[in-house]
Amino acid sequence: MAPFDSEDSTTTAAAAGDVREPRRRFARYGVPVTVMGVAAAAIGLVPALADSGDPDLPKLTAEQLVQKIAESDVEQLSGTVKITTDLGLPDLGGLESGLLSGAVGGAGGGSAADPSAKLTELATGTHTLRIAADGPERQKVSLLEDAAEYSFIHDGQDVWGYDSRSNEVYHATVADGAERPEKDVPATPKDFAEEALKAVDDTTSVTVDGTARVAGRDAYRLVVKPRQSGSTVGAISVAVDAKTGVPLKFTLTPASGGAAVVDVGFTQVSFAKPDASTFDFTPPKGAKVTEADPAAESAEKGKDGKPAEATRPGHGTESGPAGELDGMRVLGEGWNAVATFGTGGEGLPTATGGGDLDGFLGSFGDQVKGGFGKGTVFSTRLINALVTDDGTVYVGAVTKDALVKAAESAR
Amino acid sequence: MSRADTPDAAERPGAQRDPAPVTAGAGAPAGRRLPPSLGLFRSELLITFRRGRTLVLLGVLAAVPVLVGIAVRIETGGGPSRGPGGGPGGPAFLAQVSNNGLFLVFTALAVTLPFFLPMAVGVVAGDALAGESAAGTLRYLLVAPAGRTRLLLTKYATVTVFCLAATLVVAVSALAVGALLFPLGDLVTISGTRIGYGEGLLRALLIALVVAASLTGIAALGLFVSTLTGSGIAAMAATVGLLITVQILDQIPQLHAIHPYLFTHHWMSFADLMREPVYWDALVRNLGLQALYAAVFGSAAWARFAAKDITA
Repeated sequence: MAPFDSEDSTTTAAAAGDVREPRRRFARYGVPVTVMGVAAAAIGLVPALADSGDPDLPKLTAEQLVQKIAESDVEQLSGTVKITTDLGLPDLGGLESGLLSGAVGGAGGGSAADPSAKLTELATGTHTLRIAADGPERQKVSLLEDAAEYSFIHDGQDVWGYDSRSNEVYHATVADGAERPEKDVPATPKDFAEEALKAVDDTTSVTVDGTARVAGRDAYRLVVKPRQSGSTVGAISVAVDAKTGVPLKFTLTPASGGAAVVDVGFTQVSFAKPDASTFDFTPPKGAKVTEADPAAESAEKGKDGKPAEATRPGHGTESGPAGELDGMRVLGEGWNAVATFGTGGEGLPTATGGGDLDGFLGSFGDQVKGGFGKGTVFSTRLINALVTDDGTVYVGAVTKDALVKAAESAR
Repeated sequence: MSRADTPDAAERPGAQRDPAPVTAGAGAPAGRRLPPSLGLFRSELLITFRRGRTLVLLGVLAAVPVLVGIAVRIETGGGPSRGPGGGPGGPAFLAQVSNNGLFLVFTALAVTLPFFLPMAVGVVAGDALAGESAAGTLRYLLVAPAGRTRLLLTKYATVTVFCLAATLVVAVSALAVGALLFPLGDLVTISGTRIGYGEGLLRALLIALVVAASLTGIAALGLFVSTLTGSGIAAMAATVGLLITVQILDQIPQLHAIHPYLFTHHWMSFADLMREPVYWDALVRNLGLQALYAAVFGSAAWARFAAKDITA
């Protein structure tokens, strides 16, 4: 059984138009290898080539750029936003989001379409959102999920939440023009940028750091940095569209380095008027509709901001949910502000005390001692929290050392 | 002994075919040696779709929507869905099925795509060459002056047609069952907007085409495996085994770095066609990945098959 490598048979077979036999049979494997190589090169190089070359734009000062953001009057836009949050929370898998949405969603009647239940999902991982806005009266934010979507639609007086996975609808009505529901869902880079710029004072440096291309548009890069040491916030970078002044990308990098804690950016954006049918929603046949209780609604509003507050530097903790707790005070100022409040309880028994759950929670934190007695510090990449044994809580976007120092000076 | 192994073939260009295979080939179905490629393709199609195994596979696929439809119908008692129809763990679109029968098409495809459909494709693709080899009919096929490359292309085209046929069987069966058991009419996209029934049908067709295209990657993989072995059952088992392995790898979060390159990873992106406006990113990535798999494993199959000693 002679194999195929005879030169004679090759020629013959080729001449006969039959089987084209190999000169070297392994040479043929070069084809799939080449295909793979070309594909790998294309995957690796095309984005790199597309990214290269920051646009050439006229110079602007930081003040002019901030002014540009403030003056931006874009009311019509649509686009796709990618939001990545990496707070460095312990990875509890589904348990975590289950607990969070369970806790928050409970107040809203347990509808899967309740906006507050969905909002907690944004606090971890990478999500793709679609945004459409047509003036202050009509907005839509959709959270794209696997084979499902959660849509939050504001159309005049109606606010709809539609969860396609469970086919459930949440409905609320707002007084005409009284409130812009987009405040409930801080999803766009603009929302984040506005929060960051609120924190600008003499403890902050604001600079323009070149240009960038975001979602195919030319943009300036505005960099906001804390001047003080002790903050966990390294820098906040906002890409601002050169033409319209709309923030296109918001990135918060921690002082400790590594991946961004929050990265929100348009991957695609258009400033054309969105199709009117985008905001047109009628509950599908057979969908379970949960009407918001008007009394509960106002209470809900306070809670809705929760994840946004958590990602807001400096002043963030002054307002928001913590306000409901007793004795809330703010220590320090600017980026190093630390909020403190009493839980009115025993606090968290450190180490050996208490039952299984306490030990479980304690295992996530570090034990510290100081003028305040003993306590446990819970760390994420952005927010650190100190819970003392007498039940006082200190929270801030500051390093562990700065937090302990603030707690000691508070005594 | 095959033609290729005949040492004196060099001296007898016109007599490459050993007398024995030719005689035996005459006994094989006449359509097998039609020289024009369309003829070869047609005969391949006929052989594939007349095979009992293929018909059973298609029958099983057609039964899946019936099962799902009846289960949803019993569960909801014919009325509109009560309570949460599909929990977080339920298949996609299940919650909407009882309100609009057209959603059964999407649910049925979402149920069959992870395993049933690729398994059927794996069986047909794995069998394509290895089965012929095992049955001893491969060398007769090669006797026809069609060339190995053309035979391979024909085989791949046949498997691709099977991908489409299998998907359409699921879709049409689901459409029929959905129309029988549930109300029809305008439907609401997963983005919450309303589209007419006609456009819904159009999207269902588009989804079926995308699902069929999603299977071309594993079809090429199966064909490559099929060139490696002379045993049909080994090729089928290896292809389906690879499918299961890849599905498992796709579930392991620690391996997320390789997930975008697994051919199953973007399969469920067909659901993006039900968004309004359609979200193309993942769809394009899926189709690109399938094309890449088809190119890599198709050319690997060619490299292997064109140089292979055909001894049976």
